[in-house]
Amino acid sequence: MSIDRLRRRLVSGFACTAASAALLPCCLGRAVLAAGGSSRFSLRQIADGLFAFQGADELMTAANDGAICNLGAVVGTDAVAVIDSGGSLIEAQAFLAAIGKVTAKPVRFLVNTHMHPDHIFGNAAFREIGATIVGHRNLPRALDARGAFYLHNYREQLGEALMEGVEIVSPTMLVDDHLQLDLGGRMIELRAWKAAHTDNDLTVFDTVTRTLFAGDLVFMGSLPTLDGSLLGWLRQMDALTAIDAARVVPGHGPITADWPQALAGERRYFEVLARDIRKAIVDGTPLREAVKTAGESERDNWHLFDDYNERNATAAFAELEWE
Amino acid sequence: MQNHAYSGRQLALPLASVFAAIILTIGTLLGSSGAANAQQTTASSDRIWHDLKGDVFGDRAILVDTGVVRIEAPKRAQDAAIVPVDIYLDPAKAPDGIKSVTLIIDANPAPVAATFQLGKDAGVTHLSTRVRVNDYSYLRAIAETQGGQLHMAQTFVKASGGCSAPAVKNQDEANATMGQMKLRQFPPKETMTKTEELQLMIRHPNNSGLQRDPLTQYFIPAHFVQKLSISQAGQPILSMEGGISISEDPNFRFDFTVHGNGEIQVEAIDTDGKTFRNQWPLETAGL
Ligand SMILES: [Zn+2]
Ligand SMILES: [Zn+2]
Repeated sequence: MSIDRLRRRLVSGFACTAASAALLPCCLGRAVLAAGGSSRFSLRQIADGLFAFQGADELMTAANDGAICNLGAVVGTDAVAVIDSGGSLIEAQAFLAAIGKVTAKPVRFLVNTHMHPDHIFGNAAFREIGATIVGHRNLPRALDARGAFYLHNYREQLGEALMEGVEIVSPTMLVDDHLQLDLGGRMIELRAWKAAHTDNDLTVFDTVTRTLFAGDLVFMGSLPTLDGSLLGWLRQMDALTAIDAARVVPGHGPITADWPQALAGERRYFEVLARDIRKAIVDGTPLREAVKTAGESERDNWHLFDDYNERNATAAFAELEWE
Repeated sequence: MQNHAYSGRQLALPLASVFAAIILTIGTLLGSSGAANAQQTTASSDRIWHDLKGDVFGDRAILVDTGVVRIEAPKRAQDAAIVPVDIYLDPAKAPDGIKSVTLIIDANPAPVAATFQLGKDAGVTHLSTRVRVNDYSYLRAIAETQGGQLHMAQTFVKASGGCSAPAVKNQDEANATMGQMKLRQFPPKETMTKTEELQLMIRHPNNSGLQRDPLTQYFIPAHFVQKLSISQAGQPILSMEGGISISEDPNFRFDFTVHGNGEIQVEAIDTDGKTFRNQWPLETAGL
């Protein structure tokens, strides 16, 4: 009876919240001014017509403008495709300004490698310039489920000023499996993966230079975070390895690295984590205790280990219990 | 009398409290600013609780930290979607027996996470499950004795940092495996004791309904396990009325007193009216 009505209230309550959040004064002009402070944003050429920005090896903070993940730009004879929009509107504006300095070609596509705030909080800046936003077919669903939470949670972590104008903007062009984008004299191949880092991971492969933009399917230096499926990630390691790339731009870590050697660290970490968690499950150790020690032998190999290892262990435990 | 009044309220009150908390949550989401300091956030959780408790328990007195019930959870939620919580009951401190325990997460959109009814001679003293924690919040366990007394224990959980959200991780998988169940039995190490531990796992997205249908753009209604009952040979051990604050793939681990060697039976009903049933023979030590 009234349960349905109340359930709908719950839902529309949240819809309101999301809508109001989207209506916050979104003043791009002011963001541009603020971006003047982001002079540390620098694009490096990593191959012919290929540029990348290296994110800080840190958590997102007001001090680093949320600029913690690596971003990319691929320049064709007609147009530019950008890989990820960054962790704030301020970072996205600085990114666009830097692209304008290396090419006069229009930015036609923004490819989101997945749902996480450090990769999508700058999306509104690309919508403003008329770029088509491209993502995994599961990305809109994932953002619907998390958008309001992200905006709320990061307002606390990043502060009001950096969150100004940040909106959850979903892709309008979706990738089911594979999709090619023609930038003029240059094809990039987009590939949608099964659940791994998230359930909406997308990679970009530049056919001209054989460069793979892996998004967060590849972490180096900073501990990988698990927000999709550990088994799915491990199962797809071989398919990732088989990509005929000369180099990779990982989601976090160095701006470029050799391929497929770049995968070795995270693969080892997840195998250790899975082994430790499986043992705890067999022993009947409860989740709350198991996550305190699982993966511990990997501590010295990673930055941000204390920030993410227990979280990864928790997600891994809940998944591996069903094996 | 007492019993009657309570069971009538059972149905209505969690809903009323869900509604009350929605308003509060919207307030929290829109109004929050600045760094969250622990003082402020325990205070704001308490404010939510102050407004909520009347909807759930009326004006009944709630005794705090009497030892009848204890609750433990990590100080910081690591994964907002999967926060382990342990509830301990001390039958020695409630001689007339404990009838039920309600688990409340003040700052969640649906703060009444679950109400567990305990079987009369089931001897449940420890129950652990996993919940979603959206924000800085107290987790509260309120036990009701057979005589109608309410006893509460609470623990404060800081929200997870970063990009961990209280949402389903692998939605396609969750939809494909819905309704599967697994029961693990941990028979006692000594054969003389009649207490055994069970862990029940149910595959279910336990969705919040905050996602849009890609075709219609309407929000998909919340879809979660609403009712669960666990029994041994028809004798109730534990039953639950739950909501979306219980994590995806609802998971319950608890101890109980074995009566005979009848099988363990489980029935779960979700908000779509789907019923999932299963049963398992009792594993006993030394067999
Ligand atoms: Zn990232
Ligand atoms: Zn990520």
